[in-house]
This record gives sequence, C-alpha cells and structure tokens, in this order.
Amino acid sequence: MFDIALLWEARGLILQGLWNTLWICFLGCLLALSFGIVLAALRLANPRIFGYPVACYVEICRGIPLLILLFLLYYGGPSIGLRLNAEVAGVTGIGLYGAGYFAEIYRSGFKSIPKGQLEAARMLGISPWHTLIGIQVPQMARLIVPSGTNQLIVLVKESALISIISVDDLTKNATAIVNQTFQVIEPYLAVALLYWLIIELIARSGYALEKRLANRQPRQQGATPHANGPEALTAIVYPPKSDG
Amino acid sequence: MFEILLNHYPVLLKGLATTLVVSLSAIALGLVFGVLLAFGLTSRYRLVHWPCGLYRSFWRGTPILLQLLLVYYLLPEIGVEIASISAAILTLTLNTAAFQAEIFRSGISHIPAGQIEAARMAGISVWHTRRRIIMPQVFRLTLPPLTNEVITIVKNSSLISVIAVTELIRVSEQIASRTFQPLETYLAAAVLYLAVNLVLARLSAYLERRMVGGLATE
Repeated sequence: MFDIALLWEARGLILQGLWNTLWICFLGCLLALSFGIVLAALRLANPRIFGYPVACYVEICRGIPLLILLFLLYYGGPSIGLRLNAEVAGVTGIGLYGAGYFAEIYRSGFKSIPKGQLEAARMLGISPWHTLIGIQVPQMARLIVPSGTNQLIVLVKESALISIISVDDLTKNATAIVNQTFQVIEPYLAVALLYWLIIELIARSGYALEKRLANRQPRQQGATPHANGPEALTAIVYPPKSDG
Repeated sequence: MFEILLNHYPVLLKGLATTLVVSLSAIALGLVFGVLLAFGLTSRYRLVHWPCGLYRSFWRGTPILLQLLLVYYLLPEIGVEIASISAAILTLTLNTAAFQAEIFRSGISHIPAGQIEAARMAGISVWHTRRRIIMPQVFRLTLPPLTNEVITIVKNSSLISVIAVTELIRVSEQIASRTFQPLETYLAAAVLYLAVNLVLARLSAYLERRMVGGLATE
C-alpha cells in the first residue's frame, strides 16, 4: 500500500521543500533569538521606558496567530509600501513572532538568578556591565536551554504555515505531490517524518546541551557543598580579563 | 481598520463565533481524551504506555497544518465522508489531546505517592482514586499550562481556513479581497484574536486565584 517508488520519483520536490524549510527556519529562528534578546535587554535596562512597550509586544505575539502576522506582512505590507517576497515575509514573520516568546524566555531566565548574587557582585565592586556579562548572561543561558529548545521546536512546526503564503516549503511541495499523483498518504507521511526528524534533532541537541551545561553548575554537582565550590565560583564571579 | 470593523462586524463576529466553537469543542473533547491518554502514559504496562507515547510523539512532533491536511484528505480515501468543520474539530482534538496528556502526566507525577498508597490502603478503587483524588488536584496544578494550551488551540484554529471552514481568517480573506484593504482587514482580525486570548488569560488568572486554597498538601 505504501508506495516508496512514488516518493523516489518526487524526490526533487521533497528535497527542494526540505531545503527551503531548513534555511527559512534557520534564519527565522536566528532573527527570533537575536531580536528577542534585544527586547529582553531593553526591558531589563530600563523598565520604566521599555517595560510597557515590550510587554505589549509579547502579549501581541502570544495573542495572535502566526498566520495573521504572515498575511499582514505578505498581503498587507504592499498597502504601506512594504513589498516582501514570500520567503522574506516568512523569515520576518517567524522572527518577529518568535522574538516575543524568546523575550519572555530570556526575561524569566534573568529573573531566576538569585538577587543575592547581584548584591554580592555590587558589594565586591564589580561593574554592572561585568555583572551582566560574567554573572547574569551565563546563568541565564543555562537556565533557558529547555524552554528555548521547546520554542525552537514550536517555530519549526509553525513554519509549515509559510506554505499558505506560497513559499515552496515541505508542506507546500507535499501538497503539490498529492495534487499530481492523487496519493495522499505517502507524501504527507514522508514529510511528517522529515519534520519529526528535524524536531527530534533539535530536541536531542537541546537535551545534550542541557546536560553538558548542568555539569558545570557549581550548586548541583557533588554531594558536599565545598567539593568544587571555590573554583566554580571564581569561574562565574570574575569577568574575563580581556573585557577590562 | 475601524471602518472594516464597523462595516463588516456581523460577518467578522460570525467568523469569530466559528473559531470559538471549533476551538472550544476541540479543547473539551481533547480534555477527555487527554486525561485517558495521561493515565495510559503513566501506566506501568509497557503494552499500554508505549503506544500512548508513540501517539503523543507523532501529534506533538509534526506541524498541525500537516495533520489537518492528512486527516482532511485521508478520511475520504478510506471511505469516510466528513464535513470540513468536523475534520477540523477532529484534527484539533487529536492534536490537543496529545499536548493535554503531557500536561496532565506532569501534573499526575506531582501528586505525592503517599496519597495514592493511602487510597489503596483504604480500599478505594483505582478509578475512584483517579476521579476523586488525583484529577481534582491535577486540574488545579495544571491550570496555567492548560490555559496556554487553550490559547494555542484558538490560535491554531486559524489554520482550518485552509480546508475551507469559514472561520475568522477565511472571513477576513473574503473581506480583504472584496474591499482591497488587506492590511486593515487582517489588523481587525488580529485585534479580535488578541481580545479573545486576553479574556481567556484573565479568566484563567481569576480561576487560579480562586482555586489556590483547595490544594491538598503532603
């Protein structure tokens, strides 16, 4: 019943779709990660000015479907002179949408760092910049690995929507094969399997990263508190010398 | 945007109603299925928890758009004629069941084992323990992630426009092509989605505050 030959004949379309999905997801996620950190940094740096606008942005990303955002960019853009081709609209949509979620993830990472550490850093006379780079960012990065991985997976899955604004991604090409061959199961299942592989790969890497970083965590390793306390502490507290 | 809202609000609201009916019925049906699946996932029998895990993995690991297309085009192939709105509800249900099962599973794992052992000691049957002791606490514990899932499903219901269900997005597409004002129309739709999801979030925060007192501790 399952026709492998059909898939082999359509391999060109499948590979083209895979390639498009991969690079659009990659750039979209990169945009989301970097714009998200900008938003989180603005909110952290000056909550009085940026707190409310960033919070609004986050609420909007959480409250509207990605599809609406893509339609706004792709069909609505030309009304205000913004003409994007479908691929660029896809990357921008995924990036802007993901940034709202990532801003919140970064923020929760920063918030879970105990206040005492920042007070101790100030007591020791470490400058705010060094506190940020040497103490806050490394710990935040470690804390957000699980939720960040989840969000990347969500973005990859949501990237299937760019097929609706006519990007030749995996989903659109699968539908094209369905329309050509009148076989439903093979193309859609094969493509589902490819998405599954991509997602599994991201999940596994996230998990490996989490485990690696957890080994370096001073508090969670070793039964006795002072077993590897001091050197781990120095590694965190003192900023890299080249920064001075 | 405001003209669009003013001139076309009956159609837009009708689309919004379809969106809400589809997503809320999927949530409700998925809740029942998800609870059963969560018990399957926590089962100690491999024959039970392995297929449940596979199900969860598939529905959580593939794009919902693909699932929708697969269900919509596959059912007629195997001789089941189904309206597009039913196919939409079915897909969203099967999808949210997997996500809700995972939420409930983590909730169940937070129930102290002593409670279940005590229930068994007191001679309370397994299903009675689940219904009266485990689930009421799990619902309270998992309210925040459940709310997120409800909001996600409302947002994901936008995809069913692809299989020609006239919900909010489909209606806005029709308005946009009639008025040649895509930006304004889609902004209006975005505002409606945002409003619904903000109300849902507030509602859940209110429920959470009210329920805080009722949680049994160790």
